[in-house]
Amino acid sequence: MNALILLIYNAVLNGAPLMYGTMGEVLTEKSGNLNLGVEGMMYMGGAIGLGAAFYYEKMAGAAASGPVAVVLAILFAFAAGAFGALIYSWITISLRANQNVTGLALSIFGTGVGQFIGEYMRVQEGGFVAISNGLKTFFQNSPFPASVRGIPVLGQLLFSYNIFVYIAIIIALLMARFLNKSRAGLHLRAVGESPATADAAGIDISKYKYLATVIGGGISAIGGMVYIMTIAGCVWNHDGLAGEGWLAVALVIFCLWKPVGAVFGAVLFGALMIMYVRVQIPMVPDQLYKILPYIVTVLVLIAVSLRRKRENEPPASLGLSYFREDR
Amino acid sequence: MHNEKQPLFHLARRDEMPKSKVWMIRAASFLAALLIGAALFAVLGKNPMEAYATIVTGSLAKPSALRQTVKIAVPLLGTSLALAPCFGMRYWNIGAEGQITAGALAATYFALHFGKTWSHPVILIVMAAAACLFGGIWAAIPAFFKARYNTNETLFTLMMNYIIIGVVRWLQGGPWEGKPGSQIIPMFPDNAMLPKVFGVHCGWIIIILLTVFMYFYLTKMKQGYEIAVIGDSVNTARYAGMNVGHIVIRTVFLSGAICGLVGYLVTCGANGTLYDSVAAGVGFTAITVAWLAQLNPFAMIAISLMLAVLSKGAGTLQTRMEVPSSVSDILTGVILFSMLACEFFINYKIILRGHQNDGPRGFDPVPPKGAKPADDGRTEGKEG
Repeated sequence: MNALILLIYNAVLNGAPLMYGTMGEVLTEKSGNLNLGVEGMMYMGGAIGLGAAFYYEKMAGAAASGPVAVVLAILFAFAAGAFGALIYSWITISLRANQNVTGLALSIFGTGVGQFIGEYMRVQEGGFVAISNGLKTFFQNSPFPASVRGIPVLGQLLFSYNIFVYIAIIIALLMARFLNKSRAGLHLRAVGESPATADAAGIDISKYKYLATVIGGGISAIGGMVYIMTIAGCVWNHDGLAGEGWLAVALVIFCLWKPVGAVFGAVLFGALMIMYVRVQIPMVPDQLYKILPYIVTVLVLIAVSLRRKRENEPPASLGLSYFREDR
Repeated sequence: MHNEKQPLFHLARRDEMPKSKVWMIRAASFLAALLIGAALFAVLGKNPMEAYATIVTGSLAKPSALRQTVKIAVPLLGTSLALAPCFGMRYWNIGAEGQITAGALAATYFALHFGKTWSHPVILIVMAAAACLFGGIWAAIPAFFKARYNTNETLFTLMMNYIIIGVVRWLQGGPWEGKPGSQIIPMFPDNAMLPKVFGVHCGWIIIILLTVFMYFYLTKMKQGYEIAVIGDSVNTARYAGMNVGHIVIRTVFLSGAICGLVGYLVTCGANGTLYDSVAAGVGFTAITVAWLAQLNPFAMIAISLMLAVLSKGAGTLQTRMEVPSSVSDILTGVILFSMLACEFFINYKIILRGHQNDGPRGFDPVPPKGAKPADDGRTEGKEG
């Protein structure tokens, strides 16, 4: 029992960055844009989010307040990702370049920017960028009081995570509501399914695509910051983020383009990532165990393509640019 | 006819543009990218001219540096060539990274087990064949599912990267580990290493031959023609009696085989051993190289050499001017962005309002597309 709770607890913590990465990409893909630059945006978010918290603490000194640092880190990470996504949007939506190639270019660019900023800060600050332990607790500890956390079983299962897990769940619920219940959400889905129809219905295609991609990119980038501030321990390390962003792109399929599904999918992937520590299987070495998430994604991909259920399909125009003049 | 709802500008596809003008636009956008890079250097308090000079001299001036640059360009060019046929039929193979690793893995198997016993030419040929075969098979698995069930190949090939890299990590720390606990696979015996020509492993000759081959394959051969037809329209290909699934799998196998060959060149030419990041992001960068070259093999030579210059030069930049070498990724990204963006101005023309006719003037200019309220009536004309 205890081992199971511990597994779930660690799975949620490991999955938290993926929640953001995936939700952001879900929003992006709902508009018909396949942005393969998630890895790059998460790198940017990670480096700039850490930088925001670090320089805020440096300026404020001992008076630095934890909540302010958390908010600043979120805002700066969001802005970094939104900036990357804006470049992507301009090139693919306004200038109609190929989405895959532009996304990959964004990946290269974003990884470069992230590592550059991380490295530059490290050199500037004499070899080490890390925030103080006092501030770290705000990023890594539960926002709930000890009395709530102390409830047996439920306390650890529900109330012991860091604040980012709860924010992710709130974003997921809001996004699900937005996509399925609001008029703007309906318009957005229409844009992703059939831009020509949506255009004929008087929906401003470009506006929806831009907004969804930029906001989605921002949300994805927060995931990078969460990774650096929680799993990586508030320190910039060179290859710390490797693969998270790509995994997020895969998870979008796994969760069938549903934001709430993204949360559960991220937890499942988080579990797969740490299972090798918690649940040893004889004869299977750790390193092979670690590729389990990727194999599972492949199986899901195949399964989705085998059983073509309409509600499980990707947005119909995913990956295609829309040229009104081409009709 | 031309009411007040007419937008500020509209776009039309351009017919053929004169070649000279096309290249002027490309040169201008490349220059713009360099200017953005210069601004970045200026912000860092470095002299942009000096920085660029360091990049160029650091990668080309000395023979040893030049050799390094060629060494970086070889896998990049090889992988771009490999990807060209895939992209020709709009098959998004972003698994080159994994296919390179797969090829490297297969080559390593023979180098470790038979590297000392077999004769030099035999071992090298067997390693190359094994690398091609395994790279090809690794690529063909997603292609099979694409052809059979229309499984999304972009993400499938991406996942295949991480699976094979995981396998290499396991081999590194397990069955093929050299010293216990080192996590390193032992170096190949000299017998299993490629000979050097002008100080660089002979892979560069192979890659140049491959460039010529790929040019003829894509433009002059029947298979290349089939690829082009599928790229334009799968339905046309079917109607013409082509077995699309068969062609897709065959082409992707070829692509993966060349990636595998690149993996072989990298292991037994440059590195002399196998490790998890043997592909080092080449698989992703090569995609953009292939696309920017518009699948023209000779253009790929120029672009991959340019990126190699940036990459090697940035290393020099780090040691001489204390700029982190990841600046090369930023510059690469900016150049890619601006080259992608400039194609728009080659393919489309922007017709300003009132350019073709004397529409009413004097009212507030309507903001361009993207800034109007959603329920704005769509009454503007659609003359093209």
